[in-house]
Amino acid sequence: METESIVIRRVRIIDPSRQLDRVGDLLLGNGGIVAAGRLTADHIPDGCKVIDGAGLVAAPGFIDLHCHLREPGFEYKETIAAGSKAAAKGGFTTLCAMPNTDPPIDNAAMVEFIQQKARQESVVRILSIGCVTKGRKGHELAEMEELASAGVVAFSDDGDPVYDANLMRLALTYSLDLGLAISNHCQDMSLSCNGVMAEGPVATHLGLDGIPAAAEEAMIARDIALAEATGGRLHVAHLSTAGSVPLVREAKLRGLSVTAEVCPHHLTTTDQWVLGRKGEPSIEAGRLAYDTSTKVYPPLRSQRDVDVLIEALAEGVIDCIATDHAPHDLTSKQVTYQEAAFGISVLETALGSLLQMVHANKLSMGTMVNRLTTGPAAVLGESYSDLASLQPGTTADVVLFNPEQEWTVDPSEFESKGRNTPLEGITLKGRVVGTFASGNLVYQSPDLKFDQPHVNP
Amino acid sequence: MSLSRTIDTPETSGGLGQESAPRLHVLDLDDFSRDEIFEVLNSARGMKEVLGRDIKKVPALRGKVIVTLFYEASTRTRMSFEEAGKVLSADVINMSASGSSAEKGESLLNTGLTIQAMGVDTIVIRHPHSGAAHLLAQHLDKVSIINAGDGLHAHPTQALLDLYTVQDKFESLEGLKVVIVGDVLHSRVARSDIWGFAKMGAKVVLSGPPTLMPPDLMRSSKSMVRSPFASLVEVETDLDKAIEGADVVMALRLQKERQHAGFLPSMREYIRRWQVTDTRLGLAAPSAMVMHPGPMNEGIEISNSVAHGGRSMIEEQVTNGVAVRMALLYELTIGPGQEL
Repeated sequence: METESIVIRRVRIIDPSRQLDRVGDLLLGNGGIVAAGRLTADHIPDGCKVIDGAGLVAAPGFIDLHCHLREPGFEYKETIAAGSKAAAKGGFTTLCAMPNTDPPIDNAAMVEFIQQKARQESVVRILSIGCVTKGRKGHELAEMEELASAGVVAFSDDGDPVYDANLMRLALTYSLDLGLAISNHCQDMSLSCNGVMAEGPVATHLGLDGIPAAAEEAMIARDIALAEATGGRLHVAHLSTAGSVPLVREAKLRGLSVTAEVCPHHLTTTDQWVLGRKGEPSIEAGRLAYDTSTKVYPPLRSQRDVDVLIEALAEGVIDCIATDHAPHDLTSKQVTYQEAAFGISVLETALGSLLQMVHANKLSMGTMVNRLTTGPAAVLGESYSDLASLQPGTTADVVLFNPEQEWTVDPSEFESKGRNTPLEGITLKGRVVGTFASGNLVYQSPDLKFDQPHVNP
Repeated sequence: MSLSRTIDTPETSGGLGQESAPRLHVLDLDDFSRDEIFEVLNSARGMKEVLGRDIKKVPALRGKVIVTLFYEASTRTRMSFEEAGKVLSADVINMSASGSSAEKGESLLNTGLTIQAMGVDTIVIRHPHSGAAHLLAQHLDKVSIINAGDGLHAHPTQALLDLYTVQDKFESLEGLKVVIVGDVLHSRVARSDIWGFAKMGAKVVLSGPPTLMPPDLMRSSKSMVRSPFASLVEVETDLDKAIEGADVVMALRLQKERQHAGFLPSMREYIRRWQVTDTRLGLAAPSAMVMHPGPMNEGIEISNSVAHGGRSMIEEQVTNGVAVRMALLYELTIGPGQEL
């Protein structure tokens, strides 16, 4: 691919693929990383564009293992074009699109449709996740080998669990020789019932049906037992409860092939947010209560859950951060809490909210970057490790962000069609300045300024 | 338990709205101050006098329009609001989900906006979903919203009439033991009553099947974050113990569907363990009163003889309901502390 050369000077380079975190210059050219480190003038090609990276961080573009691009079928909520722009604005250069579209992505032709759309309209790399079962109905396995040959990177019926235990066992077994993980949306429906938010104090106060933590934990425990029985690759989607953490930790200690992801909102917001006061505890429900932008599955949990999840992420029990970007149209949210759709539009706020943990010294910058890059790349497999690296010769998927820049979330400025975020009006610290996908500058904030092109002496 | 105590009642002119902005909506009692509740109860006393007159009509709300918007069946609440509005000379328009554009799929919000556009002053809403009244209060800026029951969440006007009924008899609510029996988990009446009675200084004890209690109230773990209710109530599932020395026993309606949903082994077992009977009432204080928000399942949560016996205040509750709703409509429309 022919792209022009760009050098980012004096930037803090964080490359988790080789535990590198130091200030230097990053030279991109021809779609790849040309050099990273201290560059003398004669290393930089004449006429090369120059970005002053002082105060900025350069890292591999983020990889999102879990997002909903809604196309085909729900283009009024999101499209591949809009979702990919949202991704670029949020620093993501690779998206794994969940297959709960209409029709669902359960055959090769559907994968090809997504990939063709992506080639035409997406500014970032779109990978497809295929259904586990035909039509996402949970009865019969989809043609998983055909899907794998068409390029899917994992299987999931996300939005719904693979509910039947034997079918889950068979899926884990059947995918053994395909080498792909089964990403399960862990929700025991007989426990979650009609629940719309986390069981607990706020649900009791507001008279909303609660979803107990056990609805998630019971199915994770089941899936781990099945992974052990089959030797299959299990990926736990959007892990959200404190009680799920020891289950995954134990499974890893036993050497099982189990990985897990956590979402930014489960690391930074709690069920108190349903009261509509941006997390401020309140004894009164008040007019603002029942904020439907907080309705998400898994539901926002307690502060204790948040604390345990952050520790697990730092420790590595949780391998990666995935957005579960779930955009919705306004009408789906301007209803009662019970009727409102589950989901939060996350891509454009992910970095800013995650950096809260870094600023609070709960997570190091390096670990955060790792969980957004090498963590998810490892789940995708060896062939994707290039995407999570800034080593010369790898693909120039790069995010450039200012960790100190404060900004206020205004959903009307979103690239995503989904404006459904509980963070509206919240001031975050840390924002993407520029995003390169295969060397192309696919997002550029007003703060990104080019210096004079480089002239060799 | 002493029944003669002085009431710490502020003068009628004080209380509600003196320090903060006048109240726009009645969504639940959790944001009512004790003084504000006193204010409503005092005002209701005046309204009850109006209801005792030969000609039950005062011009207070002449020219005001009240819409009752009911998405659930109701007899007493709806009629009570209608009567309250009419006695105060307001024009009351009744709207039900059935037979309205809601049946054509119009959303609650759009129905609310439509009603607002017709220039009404107050919407009284009942809806099967918790937070329905809040949805209207968030998006409508020209009308007052009164919550007449939202899902499992709240029924503040019922709680206010309950408080009125108890205060009327015992003069003060301070220190009274109030036992609420039955399906607390699914009861909006219980939730609002807990706020109301606790704010007024009564001791609230919940009794009923463990499966029909909010889960966070059943767990004893100290590390767990618990709802605001946890600090306001005690739970005693053994009704015989709970009812001991009670001044007020309130039975909640038990929906028969709860058995099919697995919350209860059988109606028979529920009746045996939690029906409010004469025998059980014998364990309460000699002056104890019995209440029920209605509609009753006689013979299930309450025995026939208790429901219609000498201690039953159930009909009194209905009468007081009109007075309390008159007081609320008046205060929301005209402003607090105004002379009738």
